[in-house]
Amino acid sequence: MRFLRENRAALAAIVIAVIFLAIGVWRGEAEVVLRKSINICMECIGLG
Amino acid sequence: MGKHLRWLKRHARTWVQLCFTALSNGYAAGFVKGNIYKGRLKFICLPGLNCYSCPGALGSCPIGSFQSVLASRNYHFAFYVAGFLIFFGAVLGRLACGWLCPFGLVQDLLYKIPFPKKRKLLPGDRWLKYLKYVILVGFVIVLPLTVLDIVGQGQPWFCKLICPSGTLFAGIPLIAANPPLQAALGWLFTWKAALLAALIILSLWVYRPFCRYLCPLGAIYGLFNPIALYRFRVDQTKCTGCGQCQRSCKFNIPVHERPNSPDCIRCGDCRRACPHGAICHTFSRRQGETPTGAAS
Repeated sequence: MRFLRENRAALAAIVIAVIFLAIGVWRGEAEVVLRKSINICMECIGLG
Repeated sequence: MGKHLRWLKRHARTWVQLCFTALSNGYAAGFVKGNIYKGRLKFICLPGLNCYSCPGALGSCPIGSFQSVLASRNYHFAFYVAGFLIFFGAVLGRLACGWLCPFGLVQDLLYKIPFPKKRKLLPGDRWLKYLKYVILVGFVIVLPLTVLDIVGQGQPWFCKLICPSGTLFAGIPLIAANPPLQAALGWLFTWKAALLAALIILSLWVYRPFCRYLCPLGAIYGLFNPIALYRFRVDQTKCTGCGQCQRSCKFNIPVHERPNSPDCIRCGDCRRACPHGAICHTFSRRQGETPTGAAS
């Protein structure tokens, strides 16, 4: 109980994080991340 | 035995940094063949500034991914990556910077090299430390959303113009192993290499200049320091205000007054230096403490 009381803000943020992750997966953002990360990023290496 | 344990404890952070960097960049074949890992693990964002074009990277960089989603035509906010950032921030705060970031490790190792007149902060630190928030808003959010090509596609401007982690861990190994990429080198690589060189030289003199002044990921995690599950506490019944914590802090943070400063990377130097054992963290089992600074 004390843990919940002392960490209210962090726990609320974790709940928001999980909701955001779910929304992101539902909107197909995870695919965008995967697509970008499995190809060499020309901007990142200084050629883009 | 006690001596070995003390040595291990003193260097625990370096070992964790080395192990995490090796694990999260464990695709050794990439370094040999000059390509990158293309598996499904890259769905997952890593907590540190770990370029996904590093030949060994097994996960994605949260800042690069955030910009990629914003820069794509279909989205105006990156819920997925924001979820990772909020999660890491809410659990660890800037502990991720101090213990899990590969580029933080590089700067830590550089600072260990002897150099005359080492200093904690750069002149103008009072204002310079806000530069990372300007970079976060400008290069990570606004530019990828607003500077678009004719098909409505943006670019990851922070990765393109600033990120030294990408140059060091991705650009140099990939370009070294791929002659066709060497033929494409131009002004952009020269600029990024110069920036990396400047930061490397600066890191010999000042502690973690990139983290303190430029890193947008640190800027985000720092906002969570006061509320994260992992926080510092000062036992006011033990603290005498001697200032030993501030003197031991490489960022010169007055830990006894602001134990959860957004600049603190949780290296733990202050906890070890406190002669009264007044600084502890929320995961420690010491009892009877009077927590302060939970919102400072």
